[in-house]
Amino acid sequence: MLKTFKKGGVHPPENKLSAHQPVQTALLPKTATILLSQHMGAPAKALVAKGDAVKTGQLIAKGEGFLTGNVHSSVTGKVTKIDEVQDASGYKRQAVFVEAGEEEWMPGIITDNTLDKTIRFEGPEIISKITDAGIVGLGGATFPSHVKLTLPRGKKAEFLIVNGVECEPYLTADHALMLEKGEEILVGIQLLKKALNVSQAHIGIENNKPDAVAHMKKLAASYEGIAVHALIVKYPQGGEKQLIKAITGREVPSGGLPVDVGCVVFNVGTVFSVYEAVQKNKPLVERVVTITGVQVKKPLNLRVRIGTSVASLIEQAGGLPEHTGKIIMGGPMMGKALGSAEVPVVKGTSGILLLPDAVSERSPIQPCIRCAKCVSVCPMGLEPYLLMPLSQQKNYDRLEAEHIMDCIECGSCSYTCPASRPLLDYIRLGKASVGKIIRTRKKP
Amino acid sequence: MGLTILYTIVSLSILGALAATVLYFVARRFKVYEDPRIDLVEAELPAANCGGCGFAGCRNFAEALVKSETGEGLFCPVGGNEVMKRVAALLGREAVAQEARVAVLRCNGTCEFRPKTNKYDGVQSCAIASALYSGETGCTYGCLGLGDCVEVCNFDALHMDPATCLPVVDSEKCTACGACVKACPRDLFELRKRWKGNKQIYVACRNEDKGGVAKKNCSVACIGCSKCFKVCPYDAIVMNNNLAFIDSDKCKLCRKCVAECPTGSIIEVGFPPKKVVQEATADDINLSANKE
Repeated sequence: MLKTFKKGGVHPPENKLSAHQPVQTALLPKTATILLSQHMGAPAKALVAKGDAVKTGQLIAKGEGFLTGNVHSSVTGKVTKIDEVQDASGYKRQAVFVEAGEEEWMPGIITDNTLDKTIRFEGPEIISKITDAGIVGLGGATFPSHVKLTLPRGKKAEFLIVNGVECEPYLTADHALMLEKGEEILVGIQLLKKALNVSQAHIGIENNKPDAVAHMKKLAASYEGIAVHALIVKYPQGGEKQLIKAITGREVPSGGLPVDVGCVVFNVGTVFSVYEAVQKNKPLVERVVTITGVQVKKPLNLRVRIGTSVASLIEQAGGLPEHTGKIIMGGPMMGKALGSAEVPVVKGTSGILLLPDAVSERSPIQPCIRCAKCVSVCPMGLEPYLLMPLSQQKNYDRLEAEHIMDCIECGSCSYTCPASRPLLDYIRLGKASVGKIIRTRKKP
Repeated sequence: MGLTILYTIVSLSILGALAATVLYFVARRFKVYEDPRIDLVEAELPAANCGGCGFAGCRNFAEALVKSETGEGLFCPVGGNEVMKRVAALLGREAVAQEARVAVLRCNGTCEFRPKTNKYDGVQSCAIASALYSGETGCTYGCLGLGDCVEVCNFDALHMDPATCLPVVDSEKCTACGACVKACPRDLFELRKRWKGNKQIYVACRNEDKGGVAKKNCSVACIGCSKCFKVCPYDAIVMNNNLAFIDSDKCKLCRKCVAECPTGSIIEVGFPPKKVVQEATADDINLSANKE
C-alpha cells in the first residue's frame, strides 16, 4: 500500500513537462553574480577584494557564526566588484561579481564522474567537510546542513529521511538527479547516516515518478539500511513534517523539530552535494535547475553554476515565450515571482517557471462563504479562514493561540479557496508579526 | 385582596432593605480608590483614542498623567500645547510644551517620475507587498502606493491621489499622532516642525542607492550630491548613505537648497509661487491658499 500524510493536502495538475529530460550542463556564465546570503541566517563575509583572481571552487566568503554558510566561487576569473545586486525579492543584497575566464578548478577538487563508494571519514570529519563546502538545504529552504547535522543536546536521531518527493508541480530537478546520480545519492546517504550515527534511512518518492522509484529500489538493494518508499501524489508531501508523517507515521509536535520524533530530513539534491563535498572535495558551486512552462520551447533540466542569471537560463531553454506574464523562481505553489530576469541563481533555486499572461493574474477577491475547504486541505490542521481576519485585525494573541506559527506557508489554502481569498498573504503577515512578538518575549 | 397588596409591599421592602445592606458592605469592602482627577483630565483630552501619545487610549494617558510627578515625556500631539496647558493647570504643575508637528511623506515618486518595471496584482496592502518584494518600480525605498497609511489615519488627513498614486497629507487635519509613521513599511513618513501657513521644505526621498542607480529608477530621487549640504547656512542638512536629510528644527526655510538641488528632490510647500514650481506642490499651495 502506498503511504501518504493524513491531514489535508491538495493535488494540483502535475505538469511535469521536463520529466525524463537528462540533466544537461548549462553554459558557464560570463559574469557570475554570487550572493553572499544564499542561506538561512547571517550573510557570509567576503574574503576576496576587487581585482583578486579566483578559481572555481575557491572559498570567497566565510560564514561567521552558527546559522550561516560558506560561499565559493562558481567560475574561474577575476573579481570585478563587490556590490549590491537585486535578489529574487528585488531588495539589494551584497554579492561578489566574478568575470569568468578559462575554467580552472581549485587544486584538491576531483572533477571526474567516477563513483567513489569507499567511506574514509568519521562522523565529525564528514560534518566539517559539509560545513566547509557551504552545503545548505537545496529543497528551497536553504537551511545550513551542518546545523541540521549538529543535533541539540540530549536529542538522538533514529532515522535519516531523504526527500525525493518533489511535490511542486512542474519541477523535475530532483527526479532527473535521482535517475542520473542514484548511486551517488545512496553513497551520500551512507555518509549522512554515519554523521548522524543512525542505522536506517528512508527515501520517499512520489508515485508519479515510477521510474525513479524502481531505479532507487534496485540500487538500494545492495546498500544496508536504506528503504525506498513510493508515496501517494499529494502536495505538500515534500514538507518535512508531512514526509515524516507519511513514512514513519510520527507527528512532529507543534513548535517542535523533526529530531523531536527522531528524524532528520535531507533533500536528494542536498544528499548529492554531500557526496560531492565529502568524496570529491567539491564545494556547492552548481545545482540542477528545471526551466519549464507550458509555452517554453524546450523545457529542460540544467546543471547550473551558482550566480548564472535567470535570463541566460531562459535563453538556453529556447528563449522567453511571447505573452509571458510571470517568471517564477521555484515551483508554482511556493515559488517567488521575479521583478527582473537578471536575478542570479542561488543555492535554493530549484526551478524557473514561466507562466503565460492568462494564468498569471489573480482572480478578484470574493467574500468568504464559510465552505471550510481551506480547513480540510491545511496539512497542519489550521483554520485559514479564521487566521486571515484575525491577522487583518492584528489580533496577535488569538493568532498565537490558533497556532499560526505552525503554518508551513505551503499555499494549499489560497490554492483551494473558491472565493480566491488571499489567505496565505495575510497568514504570512500575521505569522511574521507573531514571530517577532515571540522573539522579543524570549530575549530578556 | 387588600391584604395581599400589603404583604407584597412589606416583603419586598424587607428584601430591598436586606439587599441594600449587603450591597453597602460589599461596596465598602471592595471599594477601589480612583483619583477623581483622572476623570477631569480625561474630559480635557480630545477623546480620539488614537494612540499618538504612546498609550492605548485617552483614559490610559490620563491615568499616566495623574500618576506622573512632573508630566515629563507625556504629550498629547492631537490636543497640542493648549490641551496640555489645561491639563497642567488641573494638576497644578508647569505645562511641558512641545512644538507642533505635522506628517510629511518623504517620497515624490509619482508614475511620471518613477516608471513602473512590473505589475503587482496581489493584496492591496503595503505591509504584504513589501514583505513579498521590492515593489512595482526600480526604487526599493519609495512609496508602494497601496494605502496602509490612509487606512490607519483616524483624522481623515491622508488620501491617495489617484493621479500620482501617492498619499497626500492634509496638513490642516493632521494631528501628528504618528499612526502613519508606524504603519508605513518603508518608513516614509516623518513628523516635522509645523510652520505658519504649513510651509515646509524637505527632501522628498529616502533612496540610499548610489546617485546613478537612484536617478535611473526615479528622476526626482536624491542622488546624494551634497550640493544642498554645502549651501545650507544653518547646518540643517545631514548627508548619510547617499541621502540628504533636512532637520526641521534647524531649518529656517531660506530655500537656498531648493534652488541648488539638481534633481528637484527637495520640495517646498506652502510658499507663494515664485518661478517654476512642480505641479504636485503647486496644487498643495492652491489648496492651502484657498483655506486661508
